Amino acid sequence: MQATATSAPLVHLGLEPGPFHERLVAHNRQRAWMNWMGYASPSVLDTVEFEYFAIRNQSTLFDISPMCKYAITGPDAESVVNRLVTRDIRKLKPGRVAYCIWCDEDGQVVDDGTVFRYSATEFRLCCQEPQLSWLEDIAWGFDVEIRDVTREIAGLALQGPTSCALLKDLGLAGIETLKPFGIAGYTIAGAEVSISRTGFTGDLGYELWMEPADALAVWDALTAAGKLRGLRVIGYEALEMARIEAGFLLPKVDFLSAQTVLRADRASTPYELGLDWLVALDKPHFNGRRALLELSKKPPRRKLVAIEIERDKPAHNALVYHRKTREVGMVTSALWSPTCKRNIAYAWLDAPYGQTVAGDLWVEIYLQKEIRWQRRMARCQPVDKPFFVHPRRSATPPADY
Amino acid sequence: MKYDAIIVGAGHNGLTAACFMARAGLKTVIVEKEDHVGGAAVSLSLTPGWTYSNCSYVCSLLRPEIIRALELPKHGLQVIPYEGGAVFDSKGDYFAYMSDHDALRRELIRHSPRDADGYERYSRAVMRQCKFIKPLLLRTAPDPASMKPRDICELLYILKRFHNLGPREMAETVRFWTMSIAEYLDQYFETPMIKAYIAGSGIIGTGLGPYSPGTAYVLLHHYMGEVDGAIGAWGFARGGMGSITQAMARSFEASGGEIRMGSGLDHFTVRDGKVRGVVLENGDELTAETVVSGMDVRRTFVDHTDEKELPADFVKGVKRYRFRGSSGKLNIALDGMPTFTGAPKDASFLRGDLHFLDDMEEIERAYDDWKDGKWSASPYVDFLIPTQIDPTMAPPGKHYATIFVQYAPYELANGEWNDANREAFAETVISKIERHSRDFRKLIVHKEIRSPKDIEDQVGLTEGNIFQGELTFDQLLFNRPVPGYAQYRSPIKGLYMCGSSTHPGGGVMGAPGANAAREVLSDLGHKIDMGFSA
Repeated sequence: MQATATSAPLVHLGLEPGPFHERLVAHNRQRAWMNWMGYASPSVLDTVEFEYFAIRNQSTLFDISPMCKYAITGPDAESVVNRLVTRDIRKLKPGRVAYCIWCDEDGQVVDDGTVFRYSATEFRLCCQEPQLSWLEDIAWGFDVEIRDVTREIAGLALQGPTSCALLKDLGLAGIETLKPFGIAGYTIAGAEVSISRTGFTGDLGYELWMEPADALAVWDALTAAGKLRGLRVIGYEALEMARIEAGFLLPKVDFLSAQTVLRADRASTPYELGLDWLVALDKPHFNGRRALLELSKKPPRRKLVAIEIERDKPAHNALVYHRKTREVGMVTSALWSPTCKRNIAYAWLDAPYGQTVAGDLWVEIYLQKEIRWQRRMARCQPVDKPFFVHPRRSATPPADY
Repeated sequence: MKYDAIIVGAGHNGLTAACFMARAGLKTVIVEKEDHVGGAAVSLSLTPGWTYSNCSYVCSLLRPEIIRALELPKHGLQVIPYEGGAVFDSKGDYFAYMSDHDALRRELIRHSPRDADGYERYSRAVMRQCKFIKPLLLRTAPDPASMKPRDICELLYILKRFHNLGPREMAETVRFWTMSIAEYLDQYFETPMIKAYIAGSGIIGTGLGPYSPGTAYVLLHHYMGEVDGAIGAWGFARGGMGSITQAMARSFEASGGEIRMGSGLDHFTVRDGKVRGVVLENGDELTAETVVSGMDVRRTFVDHTDEKELPADFVKGVKRYRFRGSSGKLNIALDGMPTFTGAPKDASFLRGDLHFLDDMEEIERAYDDWKDGKWSASPYVDFLIPTQIDPTMAPPGKHYATIFVQYAPYELANGEWNDANREAFAETVISKIERHSRDFRKLIVHKEIRSPKDIEDQVGLTEGNIFQGELTFDQLLFNRPVPGYAQYRSPIKGLYMCGSSTHPGGGVMGAPGANAAREVLSDLGHKIDMGFSA
């Protein structure tokens, strides 16, 4: 018997265009793309500096469609989500969003993300890493449907001090009453758009969720209204600066998912990540609870801490020393904060450093000055997160700028 | 003629051992029955214009440490990566194993989003196992019954690494080493074609089916090259697999070594439990106090050694050691590039390994035929056309296809491996390929057909087993080839083994040869500098 000629499509190598790709191409004057889950995501469109300041001064658009999204629906949806995450999700009301982490049976963090609750029985999980298998394992024995909706929903982050005003200009009635972590449905350019007051910048901002078919129309409406509000399209590099200032951790940069590590000791616990506040040990059984109960009783073997470093050179990939001699940790993210005017970073420090010992810590910074490298020991000290807080982030109603 | 050391067989392991010994200053000679070096890593021209990789066909396991220490690139070895691979099913669909991670993810999603996730989990699990086993390749396996400090230290080293895996992975490791590839893949995947694609690596060269326990490890053995991490470690040897052994031969000769070709070994000369040298088939006598055999353990000790010189338990161990040839090989010269009905236009995955399968059950049924002493009616084939990338093996526009075929028995239930049966065997394979490539048959210019019996007769691998003995847990580490004799030494003083019958086993890896050389040099009191640290 002869095999029939194929009708199967050919998957092409290289980066895939997302729902906003056509518009991003037009804006991407640097022709600088990066790989985000296989999608072509802009790293910088024209100038990092101006893109960054637009986040803190005007408003910005960033395509977040590559985020992994899962719909969790059904009579047992709440129980499944509550079993998955370490927070008590029963306290999350419909129309609200919660930042969450979830752990494996050993209490090691699998990923972080946001849980959207639309109704008593409808949830959506947004995260960086694919989680379908993990979710299906968690849901064994529950009456629930789990669906990967990553490709069914396009997402745009609209962030910055004028973002609320911009949405008001578009005639979104009552958008100013939407509280942080709230969700509401609107119509933009004739398309249904679900808007959550969430974001990764630590500033006033919203995330807009729509069908991919409506993506370009919504984009065009936003950019048209944005002309009067200083709207800029931004790339990953500018967002990265804002997220460090805002105190958010980035998977694969600041920590690794327990699911992806090859070396067992590279995974981390919520306590090591300083995310104790996300763990509700008083709620009934959830994934990793038994291990976390044990872990919560002793100080973590190492900790991810926010540090501030003297002088102005960012401490990228630097090692951290105690008394300039003993190696005690390493920097994962570093930034000279243009808004805070502080030299900031996140660093993993082995116990007891960063916990009971906070003095005499140094980072080793390598500076290249016209080809020649120079090594500098700079004093650093653990500080509280976030580095940047502004009342406009949580003000309801927000001001126009 | 008197030498410091004689190596029997110019296969890749014999050559590797010889290179290290010549580099240490030993006056070393290799004796080889053929007129060319290579053993099962050869490139021969059987029809003008074409060169075949007659036996092994992909360079994946050759240890980078050995490539470097023996300066093989300087002596002409070039390994070129190939991209992807695919399996075609009978319904006109295919699964392409894309070399680009994101493209692979999209291709997996096309079949099943669950399998896209499953693949991540699967590859992580296999990678963790590879990380555990890889450092053991270039180390001599410890003898657990020995009280020597070296064996105890080595056992502790393995135990420590095992413990470092953590409780969950320790359990996984034991499962991995003993379970079947089919059950292993069922944990991660749901699409039959995807499972079939991966399962092939679990049965290649092995007289087991995908549902036989022990096949998961065989997969790991094949994968160790792929997850090496070093760019250019997995691919085609430019000019065919013979270019690996030719580079080794040049490296050996550059260190002052001598290769005597054209006459094989008749027997080892043994006196008072010590080896004294070898006598060749042409009557030549060579003497040396060190003789290293690259032949498999059965040929070395049953065919060429006087049994009376060997302890009974050793002979028993050698005789029960399992070979079981299970694969054949077709090398085909093609007048042009065949087209595949299942492949979209411009599919780059055609440059990789191609298979024609619906599911793992099809492989299992192919295995059932083998158990009955028949070649598979619908065989598993590993089909590659290296000339899409390698310009050296066929004239421009012409192509060379290497077709590994499983299963083919060493002994046929009805009759023997004669020309008629060989042709019928090739016909089974060609008509299977023809179902997916209509023009394949008419492009055939020349073909070489090798049954397991031919591989035994021509290459010297017992029963045509490509690994010099099956890679199952009972024949690995300190049990390979015989318990108590897993450290390359034999019961006869001065006679060593360096072939794939020894740890860590088959594949064009070079590790058994390098490990054997290290043991020889240590026995001779040489300060050992292998050029790498294991």
